[in-house]
Order: sequence, then C-alpha cells, then structure tokens
Amino acid sequence: MSLTNVHIETLAEDAWLLRFGNDIDVAINARVHGAAAQIGAALSDIECVPSYASLLLRFDPRHWTDTQGRFAGHHLRDAIDSALRGAAVSETPMKEVVIPVWYGAGEDLGDVAAHAGLSAVEVIARHTAVTYRVAMIGFAPGFPYLLGLDPTLAMPRRPTPRTSVPAGSVAIGGQQTGVYPQALPGGWQLIGRTPVQLFDVSAEPPSLLKPGDRVRFRAIDEAQFDRIATQAGTAA
Amino acid sequence: MTIELIKSGLLTSIQDAGRRGYASLGLGRAGAMDEPSRRLANALVGNAHDQAVMEITLAGPTLCFREAAVIAITGGIIEARANGQALPPWTTCFLPAGTILRMGGMRHGCRSYLSVRGGFGVAPVLGSRSTDLHARIGPCGGRALRAGDAIATGHAAACSWFPGGNEMKALGWGLDPQPWLDYAQAPLALLRGHHFDALDDASRQMLFSGRFVISRHSNRTGTRLEGTTLQLRHPLELISEASVPGTLQLPPSGQPILLLAEAPVTGGYPRIGQLAAVDLPRLAQRRPGDAVCFTETSMDEAMDRLRRRDDALERLLRRIGQRLESA
Repeated sequence: MSLTNVHIETLAEDAWLLRFGNDIDVAINARVHGAAAQIGAALSDIECVPSYASLLLRFDPRHWTDTQGRFAGHHLRDAIDSALRGAAVSETPMKEVVIPVWYGAGEDLGDVAAHAGLSAVEVIARHTAVTYRVAMIGFAPGFPYLLGLDPTLAMPRRPTPRTSVPAGSVAIGGQQTGVYPQALPGGWQLIGRTPVQLFDVSAEPPSLLKPGDRVRFRAIDEAQFDRIATQAGTAA
Repeated sequence: MTIELIKSGLLTSIQDAGRRGYASLGLGRAGAMDEPSRRLANALVGNAHDQAVMEITLAGPTLCFREAAVIAITGGIIEARANGQALPPWTTCFLPAGTILRMGGMRHGCRSYLSVRGGFGVAPVLGSRSTDLHARIGPCGGRALRAGDAIATGHAAACSWFPGGNEMKALGWGLDPQPWLDYAQAPLALLRGHHFDALDDASRQMLFSGRFVISRHSNRTGTRLEGTTLQLRHPLELISEASVPGTLQLPPSGQPILLLAEAPVTGGYPRIGQLAAVDLPRLAQRRPGDAVCFTETSMDEAMDRLRRRDDALERLLRRIGQRLESA
C-alpha cells in the first residue's frame, strides 16, 4: 500500500483524514484497518481512528517541524507513505468474539421479520449465520458498527427514535447491525439483547471489541441470559 | 484534605488535559474547554501542568475548605468571596481552614477554572481525571459535581508564599486576563471544511459575513449556532467518519453545530468548516446569546497563530514559576 491512491484531507492543525473511498464496503474498510495497523506499528505517537472508508490520524504538529520550528507536513506525509509501503502488518490477534444474544428480548424482532417477509426464527438464523467485521466504533464508547448483515434483514431506522434503548440491545439500522453498550437514545430496530458488557472503564482495554475484530452472534434463551448477566454483573 | 460542595453551581466538573488514545474505541478526550486557562490556574498554585482543576460554568458553586488551601481562579471573571472577602481574579490566594468560598455570577466569559495546590485527588479513569459528561465517564461516575460531594485534594507541598493565619490573603501580583480572555469578542478564525463547496452561493457568503448567535442548547459536546441558516446546494448522503473538536458541521436543520470537547468521535453531517485551534478557548468563553462571526483563515496562518500562542503560554508559565520561587 502507499498514499498514491489515498486522498489526504487536512482536517485540523493536529488531524488528517486519509480517505480510501466513499462507500460502506468490505474491501474499502479492510484497507482502512490494514493502513491503521501499519501506521500504528511504525508511528506509535500517531493516534489512528478507523471508520468505514477513512482513517483519522491525530498527531502532535510540534513533532513534525522544519529547522525553523514550523510544521512541515511533507515530513509527516513521507513518514505515513513509508509506513504504508512497508510490509503488511498482520492484524494479530485476529480476534473473533462471540456475543450471546437473547433474541426473545428484541422488541422489534416481529417488525423486522414482517419487513423481511420471514419468520422470527429465520431472522435469528440469518443474523447468527454470518461472521461480521467491526468496521468502526463510534456514536458512544464501545458501540460497534458491524459489516456483513444479510441484506434481507436490512430495515430503515424507526421514524421516531426511542429516548432510551436498554444497554446490550442488539439492533439493525439500515444495512448495519450493532450493539448498544449502555442505555442510550436510538432509532435502530431492536432484535435482541446481550448480557455481555461491551464497555467497562475498569478493564484494559475498556472495549470488548476494537475496529477490525470479527464478531459472531449466538442465540441464547432467557435462562442463559440471566445466568450470564448475573456472572457479568450486568443483571438489571 | 477534602473540599465540600455546599452548592453545585450551574455546571461544575473536574477536568484535566483530556483522555487520550481511546477515540478508536468510541471515547473522546473531554478535558478543559479553555486549556490555556486550566494550565495557568495550575501554574499559579505551583502545580504540575497535568493536574485536574474544577471547571465552573456561568454561575459558581459554594465550597467549604475544612483545611487551609492555596487556590487560584482563572478563565471567565467570576465573583468569588471567601468568608465575605472578595478574591482577586487570576491571582494566587490563601484560604484559611474553615473558609466558605461563595462564587456567584460570571462578569466576563463563560467558564472559570479553580485550581488548588496539590491538585484534586480523584482517581483517574482510563488515564485521565477529565469528566466526560456526555459519555458518563470520569470522576464521580462521569457526572457533574453536586451539593454534598466531598472532593479529595492531593498532597500540597509546603510553600513560603503565605505565613498562614485566619484570613484570606492574595499575592500582591496576578495575571492580566486580557490577552487570554477575549473581551472584545472578535471574529473567530475558520478554515474551509471538506464540504464547504457543497453550500449554496448565499450560504458560502453568509458563513463568513453572517452573524450567528450561540443557542442555549449548547453544551460541552457542541456550540449550536442560530440566527443565520445555511443550506447545501443539494442534500449529501454521507457515511459516518471520525471527527475532531473544532469541526463546524451542518445538520439538515441548517443550524450549524461546532463540535467541542465531548463531541462523539464519529459523525455523518457535512463538515463546512474547522475552527482554528487557537480560537477554541475563545469560543469556549462565549455564552448562550453571545454573537459569533467567522473570518476565513488558512492552515498556515492557523498553525502560525497556534505556535505563537503556545510560545507565549510557555513563557508565561515559566515566569509564573520563577516569581513563585522567589516569593
């Protein structure tokens, strides 16, 4: 990889955005994660924030100066280019996280099934059949935007967002699926709940998932949900 | 030592330089909105620059100091009385044990910074003592301080500036807030954003000639601007991207929002501008109802002003240190 086909947007004095495309696309997103791994490995004092099709770099402009102490963007550009030209960094550990979901707790599961013309059981089967990729984390700490949703399950957001979606809600919004790490306002369709904690400030790292991780969902019942919730301390 | 809150004030929170390194996990930096004022408050009491301070918004809290303390208040000029005696702003002050410090309204600016010698002894969360009120992460469970809270302070090394005693005392010198606090409310420097060219002709003009007013719905996540409505030539369908504080985004309402310390780390609205970083503290000192005008700047000019501001700040911090040592 190199910077040749990458558009660099100067966002702020301490921030550049590398844009790899303009679409939500598995291949573009994979390039973003690859670049984040290479730049992260070569330039550890640059903070990399991946999103669907672009990579935010936050740096200290005082570290990239000419002999007069002025910011020298070409030094930074060259350093990024040579990081990208280096050997691909294997994104180890290639973590696959399995998230247990009690689909019976999803308030909108029936609506999603009706919209898809499927039974609730088929919706669950299709939602659990796929290995997703964490395209990015945003909106709230630990909230994963997952790529890979079966297109038949895509459904627009609710016309009126809920003022509070319960913590652990597994949801569909358009072509995307994700999990609410905490109680938040939100407009996505709720198809289930996980008892697993996605963001915990006392853990290091605090987020169960990081950008680029693989995710699978596994269906559980109410009794299993309660047992895991009790162990995890997430029981309501 | 602990400081007790008798009254919370409008919005009071503990803030340091911010929580770095968690944006890829969805958590922004938070931190003091007016960072130079935070650093100067620490310097005035002889603290290391990374100590947390109390950020006070528009109407101040009432605090009880059980033990003697050395404090300073910088940022917005707020009415502050220690057992009835007025405290000079931007000045190192000694408070005797048992002081009730009543802070009232803010005469200039929007946010004051109270430092205490020794710093605030609250436990860091993910490496920082900043409170992210929006994400609910930080000291006190990530919430604003409220009446009844008792905030621990760190160990205050002995200093020879004050002989002690039972009365409030202030050092005979303080800082001039003038260069740091933007009394004149001059136009703020704005860079063109990635989607500036998507604005219609009139809106491109209005962005740099119009007058905006800060909405009362503004907070630490963003300043909402009213008074002038902007429009795109045609709607843009954008996918979510990472964003940074200082970005001026345009939601469909046409009322721009300038993202601040607690803004979500990703967003999908068109980005029509970027406030020069050097002007972020100046914006942070404007209050709801205040006017905002933008003047166009270039990245070179913005970088140059930031560098000169940082150099001036470093010089002043060194001078404060020298004066305190010789006091």
